[in-house]
Amino acid sequence: MRQSHNSGTVKEPLFHITKRAAIPWWQSWLIRIASVLAALIVCAVITILATKQNPLEMYATMFRGAVGNARRVWSLFQNLAMLLCVSLAVTPAFKMRFWNIGAEGQVMMGGLASAMCMILLGNVLPEWLLLTVIVAAGIIAGAVWAVIPAIFKASFNTNETLFTLMMNYIAIQLVSYFVLQFSVPKGSGHIGEIPTGWLPTIFGQPYLLNIVVVAVLTVGMYIYLKYSKHGYEIAVVGESEKTARYIGINVKKVIIRTMLLSGALCGLAGVLLVSGTDHTLASTTAGGRGFTAIMVSWLAKFNPLYMILTSFLIVFLEKGAIEIATVFDLNSSFASIITGIIIFFIIGSEFFINYSLKFRHAAGEAKS
Amino acid sequence: MIATLFQRAIMQGIPLLCGATGEILTEKSGNLNLGIPGIMYVGGISGVIGGFLYESSFMGHKEDMNGFLAILIPLVCCVVGSLLMGLIYAFLTTTMRANQNVTGLALTTFGVGFGNFFGGSLIKLTGSSMPSITLSKTSEFFCQSLPIAEDLGWFGQIFLSHGFLAYLAIILAVGTGVMLKRTRVGLHLRAVGESPATADAAGINVGRYKYAATCIGSVIAGLGGLYYVMDYANGIWSNDAFGDRGWLAIAIVIFALWKPNLAIPASILFGGLYIVHNYIPGIDFSTQELIKMAPYVLTILVLIVISIIDRRENQPPAALGLNYFREER
Repeated sequence: MRQSHNSGTVKEPLFHITKRAAIPWWQSWLIRIASVLAALIVCAVITILATKQNPLEMYATMFRGAVGNARRVWSLFQNLAMLLCVSLAVTPAFKMRFWNIGAEGQVMMGGLASAMCMILLGNVLPEWLLLTVIVAAGIIAGAVWAVIPAIFKASFNTNETLFTLMMNYIAIQLVSYFVLQFSVPKGSGHIGEIPTGWLPTIFGQPYLLNIVVVAVLTVGMYIYLKYSKHGYEIAVVGESEKTARYIGINVKKVIIRTMLLSGALCGLAGVLLVSGTDHTLASTTAGGRGFTAIMVSWLAKFNPLYMILTSFLIVFLEKGAIEIATVFDLNSSFASIITGIIIFFIIGSEFFINYSLKFRHAAGEAKS
Repeated sequence: MIATLFQRAIMQGIPLLCGATGEILTEKSGNLNLGIPGIMYVGGISGVIGGFLYESSFMGHKEDMNGFLAILIPLVCCVVGSLLMGLIYAFLTTTMRANQNVTGLALTTFGVGFGNFFGGSLIKLTGSSMPSITLSKTSEFFCQSLPIAEDLGWFGQIFLSHGFLAYLAIILAVGTGVMLKRTRVGLHLRAVGESPATADAAGINVGRYKYAATCIGSVIAGLGGLYYVMDYANGIWSNDAFGDRGWLAIAIVIFALWKPNLAIPASILFGGLYIVHNYIPGIDFSTQELIKMAPYVLTILVLIVISIIDRRENQPPAALGLNYFREER
């Protein structure tokens, strides 16, 4: 009796979630663009509440802040290049499902190593050798910092997310230590401008070298991941470790090799920051890029070319939001709030790309 | 001096303990919430906003402030603020099935930014005449300790001189431990974190457990932020003063092997390492930085050792960091 009663009124949920088959690329991009627009509207509302300005003026301020004059455009591209560089670095590891969230620390170690060479070897070695040593030291330091968790992951399956996360703070404390050791004047807590070991500038533009290097890296990484044997192995290990083992891929080797590459590129980012543009070292040199890069890489679906777009979006908003904060005498952390909101929206939009909602149809309603 | 060191270590440890307890509860449901540092900032600043509005409405006659309201308003604001942060995370990862690491890091970016933004702009936004965010009166109510503490010498100083939030933090940690280990709800929660598909098959509502654990965990972590400003920092908010304590809390989760009871001594140990350089004579600034590194090194060592020894009960929850899609079983 009860059984039949139940079967008559079985509760159907309001909607079902079903996984979509691949949807056309333009549709998925439409969803993403819509989510960015929705996020911009939310940000606009928040900004208006905070500044009590009309939104058009606010966006104009934002534009001025990001690309208002030549200096700002260069600075925008420099920031874009550095963020992109770290994003490229973490990508091969992520494709392998190795959650390297230690990019911040790897960048810091690269920066630390190159700053040490600049200070200690500055007047010892000839210029060309000095620069070679600086670049090599930075890359090696980044790679070493990344390969330690990789070795433990490969040998003992140590949780890499937590391991790399902890490595960040060891690196930051190490940098703080050396900054205090080498501070000029002694005890000031700042290293100040290091006079020797600057990477050369192209056409007299201080940021151009970084931009060119990162542009080359972007194309290189795209080709590496898409067309090389290594890239294929990374993709297989990421999809299924068991499959990889079955078809004879040495998973351990792939993990360690990929993390070496990932760390080396982070180290290079550190070199470009310290020796290329900042010419000094501080515990804020990496500036949170190691964490932002994770979001950039993921938002771009691990595709190096899309990463140009996503990192541009984030850097542009950051610059714009900082300008708004300056003009209206607000705290510059306004930028982080805006970035956070945009990322929430884009993360959310992925759901609508991968899944579709099937609502309870009218017939079902009528029956009950 | 030793008594002072212990007292300060406990004060340093309480925010870490709150963060760690919250994160343990969250991780037991399989959610690796890297947004904890941001949530603690939001918890702190939400309490500050509430307290600021209340205290500044008594400008000039602060002795009229009602002690009960002075505690209740920041407390409620803190709970609401951190609960909302937890909801964002749970909604994005459980309902929208977004990547946990990315969501967590975005939450941290947002939360730290939120804290610093309001910390830096609150006075301008409210047009208040207060020169800085100094809630000394509110803080007095939060720091209120047992009157007998002073009569009991070192024992009173170490164990009884704290504000009520410190004891609440310890009660929450012990309570979470009991809940996880001894109750049916705890058993179900652990099942969700270890193998959501099995839990689902056994009729446990996986989504509901993930939501509840993440939201309650966030609130507990947020209380750590509130304790930090109102008790430890005497009601003074300064931007970035909270520092990397949120990440330290995540380190404690590992160090304590996902056990809230162990998190209590671990937090006090890590808290002590944070300030021990003040008590060692003849130490220079740069060496302090190396001492501050110790908690992270210890945590990594623990992480390595537990993965080598590989005993079941010391491992992270098996489904940690993985979202559960029923359709993809």
